[in-house]
Amino acid sequence: MSEFALLYRSTQEAHREAMGSPEKAQQSMTKWRAWFKEMTEKGQLKSIGQPLERVGSVVTGKKKTVTDGPYAETKDVIGGFSIIEARDLEQAARIASGCPILEFGGCVEVRPVMQLNV
Amino acid sequence: MEAEEHLFRREAGRLVALLTRVFGIHNLALAEDVVQDAFCRALETWKFHGVPENPQAWLMKTAKNRALDVLRREGTARRFAPELERELDSEWTLAPALEEAFAAGLNDAQLRMMFSCIHPRLPEETQVALVLHLLCGFGIDETAAAFLKGRAAMEKRLARAKRTLAASKRLFDLAGPAEVAARLPAVLRALYLLFNEGYHGASPHAAVRAELCEEALRLLYLLLEHRVTATPAAHALAALMNLHAARLPGRQDAEGNLVLLADQDRSRWDAACIVEGRRQLELSAAGTELTPYHVESAIAAVHARSSSAEQTDWDEIVSLYDVLMRIQPSPVVAFNRAVALAQRFGSARGLEEIARIEDRKRLKRYPFYHAAVAEFELQLGRLAEARDSFAAALKLARNPAERRLLQEKMSNPALLERH
Repeated sequence: MSEFALLYRSTQEAHREAMGSPEKAQQSMTKWRAWFKEMTEKGQLKSIGQPLERVGSVVTGKKKTVTDGPYAETKDVIGGFSIIEARDLEQAARIASGCPILEFGGCVEVRPVMQLNV
Repeated sequence: MEAEEHLFRREAGRLVALLTRVFGIHNLALAEDVVQDAFCRALETWKFHGVPENPQAWLMKTAKNRALDVLRREGTARRFAPELERELDSEWTLAPALEEAFAAGLNDAQLRMMFSCIHPRLPEETQVALVLHLLCGFGIDETAAAFLKGRAAMEKRLARAKRTLAASKRLFDLAGPAEVAARLPAVLRALYLLFNEGYHGASPHAAVRAELCEEALRLLYLLLEHRVTATPAAHALAALMNLHAARLPGRQDAEGNLVLLADQDRSRWDAACIVEGRRQLELSAAGTELTPYHVESAIAAVHARSSSAEQTDWDEIVSLYDVLMRIQPSPVVAFNRAVALAQRFGSARGLEEIARIEDRKRLKRYPFYHAAVAEFELQLGRLAEARDSFAAALKLARNPAERRLLQEKMSNPALLERH
């Protein structure tokens, strides 16, 4: 089994769209809870991870310049992450395809976690 | 824990009302933004961490913190609620004033918003839509669906209505008894319309939309909890809604088919609603004003105490419809009176009374008008006419449940025989 990070990305508009109305937000939340529960029950969820604020600071360069971020040029922003366990990248992607963010115009980036043991 | 159904929606309505009281009605859009923000935060954190122990308190605290940021940041650039101006002006009193506004009057804030939505310059249907949108937290899509309107049309209408609201100097003030008394009938009327939209609205999907009935009842109870707005008419409307809501479990069978009053399994009626309806009917008896709600709830009370259609005191119902015709005549009331007379004196009398209704044309858009006529004709053996009337009813049916009910009526063997 290998570990994979799921990075939940969406644009500001998609994020607002997911909110839409209080009822839609609640339905969206219920779907996320159900999805996490399903992964937990199947033993796929290594760590549920954390939600991230959509803005923060970016430190760049040798001069360690601090600017407000995230970067204006990237359209979608990481809104949170989880760690899952899967046989291979293919299975990890299949698991990620159940993520409710896909219904609201967002996407999931699936990235293998690099391991020390070769 | 999991969030209870419609938690977000209900809390959104409450928070918009609370924040508008602090920000002022002219900053309605700002209040909505802050609430939207609080719900985004809830969505993001709760999906990872689960729903907190006390989700209402969590949302309120989040909205309050955001409000405090806004008040600090824009305190000099913007004017907020005129009645809180002085407190919000100083950093010393800002936080306590906000705290107090949130703690003191959730019901008060909602009532003031409700009265504000029933703005005399807005058409009745827009007032109801605004109540559903702002006080019940229905999004634009959901409000449009409630009124069977397109999204774009509803969005435009709500935006225009909110501009009208935001142009008012301040939220409606409940402290003036004369102003309250003047606007209360329109407020009750809006809640009555909201309830009816759920009870026998024209939705193409569902014959009964209980959630609209529940919202109307919830808002009405806010009025009943306030000294100034708990009038006999408000109690009469509460009686009416409860006695009708009691029949909701009987109005549809397990397959979602509509069941007419005469055929309903009355043991499925909600006994608690009936008890509450009777209690409200008693409370409504104070005072001298007789409103249509009084009469309609009295009619509903007769049905509620009758064990079957045959056991019903139709004389009493007819005489109540006579009263209703005097105080609020309409073709629909006349039609219901004719149906009651038919129960008492037979189908021929029913048809006679229907023929006598002035303005009968207006009833012809209504499927149950044709269905009742068809039923009378069938009982009198006028089969060809009955078939035509049932066909007319079927053509007007608005949802699958209505269509199924009428198709079943039309499958009556008497109607299928050849002549």
